[in-house]
Amino acid sequence: MATVARTGTTDEQRRRFARLERGVQLRYLLLLTPAAIFLVVFYGYPVAAMLARSFNDPTWGLENFRRLTVVRSHEDWFLFSMPMNAYIRVFMLTLRIALIVTLITLLLGYPVAYTLASVGASRANLLMIFVLVPFWTSILVRSYAWMVLLGREGTINRLLIRSGLRDEPLQLLNTRFAVYVGMVHILLPFMILPLYSVMRGIDRNYLRAAESLGGRPFDVFRHIFFPLSLPGISAGSLVVFILSLGFYITPALIGGPRDVMISMMIFQQVNMPNWGLAAALALILLVIAIVIYLLFNKILGVERIFGGSRT
Amino acid sequence: MSVQEARVLGEPAVAQRPRARRPRGATRRLSLSRLALYGITGLVLFYLVFPIIVVIPVSFSSAAFLQFPPPGLSLQWYEKFFGRRDWIDATLLSLRIAMITTVIATVLGTLASLALVRGRFRGRNVINAFIVSPMIIPAIIVAIGVYFFYARLQIVGNWWALAIAHTALALPFVVINVSATLYGFDERLEYAAMNLGANRRQTFLKVTLPNIRPGIFAGALFAFITSFDELVVALFVSGTGAVTLPRKMWAELRQQIDPTIAAVSTLLIVLSVAILLTSELLRQRGERLRTALPSKDA
Repeated sequence: MATVARTGTTDEQRRRFARLERGVQLRYLLLLTPAAIFLVVFYGYPVAAMLARSFNDPTWGLENFRRLTVVRSHEDWFLFSMPMNAYIRVFMLTLRIALIVTLITLLLGYPVAYTLASVGASRANLLMIFVLVPFWTSILVRSYAWMVLLGREGTINRLLIRSGLRDEPLQLLNTRFAVYVGMVHILLPFMILPLYSVMRGIDRNYLRAAESLGGRPFDVFRHIFFPLSLPGISAGSLVVFILSLGFYITPALIGGPRDVMISMMIFQQVNMPNWGLAAALALILLVIAIVIYLLFNKILGVERIFGGSRT
Repeated sequence: MSVQEARVLGEPAVAQRPRARRPRGATRRLSLSRLALYGITGLVLFYLVFPIIVVIPVSFSSAAFLQFPPPGLSLQWYEKFFGRRDWIDATLLSLRIAMITTVIATVLGTLASLALVRGRFRGRNVINAFIVSPMIIPAIIVAIGVYFFYARLQIVGNWWALAIAHTALALPFVVINVSATLYGFDERLEYAAMNLGANRRQTFLKVTLPNIRPGIFAGALFAFITSFDELVVALFVSGTGAVTLPRKMWAELRQQIDPTIAAVSTLLIVLSVAILLTSELLRQRGERLRTALPSKDA
């Protein structure tokens, strides 16, 4: 169609084509309209109005943010002293948990994705079931499963006592340890799937070429395979980190009383009811998530992930 | 092979050296590291699946509290689940909400995908980012936004209001799945159909739709499970009038834990395995459809 316009000589033809093309684009916009309106009304507007509350509930101004920054004490962080209060503490804890969970999922997920990408397609599909069954299983069910395993009367404590390794049951449930175990379990598939999809796309000829040029297996991995898998690492890490920031169900069920993450604090403030403060916390959480996305994009180029994973 | 490849590159000597120098143990060392890799992979896969498997025997336990391995077998927890009005009501409500969510999200999402993949209008990327954003933004932010909105409209506790909120959360999954199949769909088939005399509607219904159907079904499955398992929004929006299954499970888990939860969990695990198998079948069919045609780029 486009060639018609280019080779078409008269202005009349060109105008007619432009009109036709506008009609086609208008039709597409029409298809988009229902979903766009739906999302603006039932998602975009409510979220925007909620965020606006941080500046106007109960009164106009920055009162909510001032309350978040009232310094109660100072804590030494490396060389400087960090102003501290309950809110800052929860944000720092959330960021720390998200970071550690991301690192653990990467460490555990990378070898799994590597194996899946290096075996034949049919075997990979079979092994993939082990990743996909948890992926499709409800977070509530999986959190409950960890309650069964880690509880005082749970599977692990029973095994420990029966085997004579311990006399008393260990406190495993409602600890930071349980939060890590549960969150990593839930987020691992989100790391493995993008890693696997990028690794599958790596052209094996590069590896063969490196080997035939004398590279030892480890060197080939370090200089060829690993750099080519970086888009998968950044995609997986980004998804896992941002999902961790907003976790609520798992830490609330299997974490201890001290393991309060941002979402739980927002929840508490809504129930107080302290809607303005809850909105301010939500706004900060959203800003953190967006900043992290942009940082990842700048450093590692997230855009490449979506274009580059399928070849 | 390596020699020939290296000749092409014009440096045969460099390429031949490692082959001559490679010690006899090299392949064995390689297989040892392979073994370590497979070992780690096995452990991680065990970690992923074992907790889910453990729940199943607990649901058949004859003990009244959490005990693994169970002292005896019984179906009492399933009887309790199916015999209690509140559990059944919550399940039926979740099914109803999930089905409505699936229908609306699939229709709106499929139409939007067509526009987003085929259209060439300004602001397309921004709109795409907006439509996909509910998937990435922390659920708590969407939840309180919708909660404050519904509180003002006084529709907290309405089940259809919850279905609407779930639809917003489910739309991105439909758009992503349908877009993926649309990118793989050869538009020349549509030109061929229209060339043979089909009008736009016939072309869409008889050519486009059957070809992107695997993507639509996959998106619908995602939409269904997104709503059926959704808890955070439900905690705020369901009030007392729309207690969904996850909401009911949450309440049980926070009070006392009897193995009824294990029975429910086992049923949910069966459901997720069924959905997984369906989605795998769809994916394979989608791939076959795609490979049956010569690629546009080739």
